[in-house]
Amino acid sequence: MERETLLDLRGLTKAYPGVIANSEVSFTIGKGEVHALLGENGAGKSTLVKTIYGLVKPDSGTMTLNGAPYAPAEPRAARAAGVAMVFQHFSLFDALNVAENIALGMENPPPLRDLAQRIREVSETYGLPLDPARIVGDLSAGERQRVEIIRCLLQDPKLLIMDEPTSVLTPQEVQILFETLRKLSSEGTSILYISHKLEEIRALCEHATILRLGKNVGTCDPRATSARDMAEMMVGTVLHTPSRDTAAPGDVVLSLQNLTAPAPHEFGTALKGITVEVRKGEVLGIGGVAGNGQDELVAALSGEMKTGDGMVTLKGQSVGRLGPNDRRALGLLAAPEERMGHAAAPDMSLTENALLTGVVRKHLSKNGFLQWGKARTFAEEIIKAFDVRTPGPGNAARSLSGGNLQKFVIGREILQDPDVLIVNQPTWGVDASAAAAIRQALLDLAAKGAAVICISQDLDELMEISDRFAALNEGRLSPPRPAKGLTVNDIGLMLGGAHDMEVAHVEA
Amino acid sequence: MLRLEKRPQPSAFWTYATPVVAVILTMVLGGILFWFLGKPPVTAIKTIFWDPLFGDFAFYYRPELLKKAAPLILIAIGLSFGFRAGIWNIGAEGQYIMGAIFGASVALAFYPMEARWLIFPLMIAAGIAGGVIWAMIPALLRVYFKTNEILVSLMLVYVADVLIKAFSVGLLRNPDGNGFPGSRNLKQYPSAANLDLWTDTGIHWGVVTAVFAVVVAYVFFARHQFGFNVRLAGQSPRAAAFAGVNPNRLVLVCMALSGGLAGVAGMFEVAGPSGQILGSFPAFYGFTAIIVAFLGRLHPVGILLAGLLMALTYIGGDAAQSAMNLPSAAIQMFQGMLLFSLLSVDVLTNYRIRLTTAKVA
Repeated sequence: MERETLLDLRGLTKAYPGVIANSEVSFTIGKGEVHALLGENGAGKSTLVKTIYGLVKPDSGTMTLNGAPYAPAEPRAARAAGVAMVFQHFSLFDALNVAENIALGMENPPPLRDLAQRIREVSETYGLPLDPARIVGDLSAGERQRVEIIRCLLQDPKLLIMDEPTSVLTPQEVQILFETLRKLSSEGTSILYISHKLEEIRALCEHATILRLGKNVGTCDPRATSARDMAEMMVGTVLHTPSRDTAAPGDVVLSLQNLTAPAPHEFGTALKGITVEVRKGEVLGIGGVAGNGQDELVAALSGEMKTGDGMVTLKGQSVGRLGPNDRRALGLLAAPEERMGHAAAPDMSLTENALLTGVVRKHLSKNGFLQWGKARTFAEEIIKAFDVRTPGPGNAARSLSGGNLQKFVIGREILQDPDVLIVNQPTWGVDASAAAAIRQALLDLAAKGAAVICISQDLDELMEISDRFAALNEGRLSPPRPAKGLTVNDIGLMLGGAHDMEVAHVEA
Repeated sequence: MLRLEKRPQPSAFWTYATPVVAVILTMVLGGILFWFLGKPPVTAIKTIFWDPLFGDFAFYYRPELLKKAAPLILIAIGLSFGFRAGIWNIGAEGQYIMGAIFGASVALAFYPMEARWLIFPLMIAAGIAGGVIWAMIPALLRVYFKTNEILVSLMLVYVADVLIKAFSVGLLRNPDGNGFPGSRNLKQYPSAANLDLWTDTGIHWGVVTAVFAVVVAYVFFARHQFGFNVRLAGQSPRAAAFAGVNPNRLVLVCMALSGGLAGVAGMFEVAGPSGQILGSFPAFYGFTAIIVAFLGRLHPVGILLAGLLMALTYIGGDAAQSAMNLPSAAIQMFQGMLLFSLLSVDVLTNYRIRLTTAKVA
């Protein structure tokens, strides 16, 4: 079916110092089409959509919208032309209610009562239940996203750009979102959908444009192309799927007994009675929507947060009151989610960052005096073993790309031969081939007899590597279940816990 | 249009070049200031920077330079640990005064007993103790009650200031002083005096200690876990917690270090150059040391050079005041300019300036 063209991109090029973000990118989006923009991190997707939304000015190339030249100087001009965008990170004020937040983003907001009425209408029309009077701070991530979407829909857009919209949603919420997008598309609104989740794109989109290193490397019909083929187009090489030899799980190494802790700060989550055992050679996957206690659980395990006696037991020894270095000495290592400023110090060199957690197990100090030569060797070892792209260990951590730093951080812990390794979002923001390498390394570690706890929001990742799966919801952990045989629906119910169920039933 | 662009790596060149540029900039701005005051700018700058080192009376000024630089360096080295860790002890002045009171009290308690092997070491210990105690007040309040150490340490300066005035006319007043305020002069009490180790060189025990402190601090920052923890905590507190650094312990240790060094500096001052507890005890070393610490980029060697430079502006400033009738406020402004120039030029270490063509919105 040939559609009328809405947006036509011709030869868009944008270069930043040292990197060409987009090089001669051309494609068209038809009216009412759901068009996927695929690519690894750093492939140039963000730059391209920012160009369309008027945040970035291309060095060369032209755009036409509805047959007329289109060169928005700023987002306001883009919105006036009918282009709206839902960002990956929301820009909402927690203390205001839904209607007030939406009014803030408008040029000429109508009186709040009228606006609330319109919000209700739009939310009912598109199956996005949302009460305009609720305070945004109380909303779940999925509901916040609805605020952003409704904010866009109120402008009656011709083109709606969505940047990684499902990364914060439960499977049920994803289904609701897809229904909405399909409805919009059937009414003639075009949607440019950015994601790297291939199954979603196959379920939703009619066209896909694939970017690699800033270039358009091909288009395909996602409904007729396998996820694997699309992934290989993205990466440009044959993809290596992590594999493992499943061994019989060994003795219990780490056991959590009714692990309970108050929220460490105002916006934190309290841990409530988490009980689970992890065995040698096992990968326990913990899923959950961000902000349900993941950071707190990692802190309680790494030793940054102390807990009551007997709540955390490592190899038969209660470690709840020990600090991070004492736990490292006993073989319990962790890699937190936030790389910059938590897992690594941005302004310090890689050598110094290697020493940051490696000093105990790698014996990088003698009587308190640091042995920089050994630390440097350790850093070089990590760089080599995990293919970290950097000129050398003397470079500052902040000079590395997110994916490279992640490889360094994970590699640093794995090369210390832990008995138990806790990783939080190990492949977040990491390109597909590096993510595969990290997952393989985790599996190899488990195969050598270590216990691995992998906390992630990426369910595909968890299903790929976990032996058992548990879900974290509002600080509570569901009883773990064998990962084999779990359906997406099972997982969704485990993840949703209680508080999202109501929402899930509305449209399901 | 000028635009600042963040460098991926801090520039190695500018790390070392900024202090030099800042000093030159200060000379230019200071010259303009003196010119507006109706003084010949080049002569004024020469009087401040050149004459004390190489002029006709350099033999007098050079020992003075060391005596002024030593307390500045000692205090600034102590402060640099806290400042690098993000712990802001602004009250080194108070800790310095308390060190002097404690040190002098010990000496006066033993007067007139002659036992230098006992009294002088005890005075050093008392000086350290005085500074540490005074620094522990803001430190403990921060750890246990989350108060702001900047405010508490600063307020305690004024308390210490009142105390030294009270002691100079009360408890520590010289009984043979005919009712004048001020304690006995420790320079005339051989067991307690902190005199030049070699006559007329200006090198007293405080100078030796300052050099020693520079070396030890250098080794700690470069090679020791403690120095690493301090740097880490200052750069990324969360990463430090992840690395097992206890933030409360770090606050206590860093405050104790800066307090102790400020205290011992005060003791060396009261037993040597100053000689007695007096309301007009030579002050402001504690505040000036903050400038010295930053001028030296919180690096021990930098602090050594910055301390000498700052002492030079003191001595040269005094000379300029008397020789050229410059108001003392002008000299203080001049020293302030030094810090401001450094802070503004400092941007170049982490940012580069780019020229961009003006864009049509």
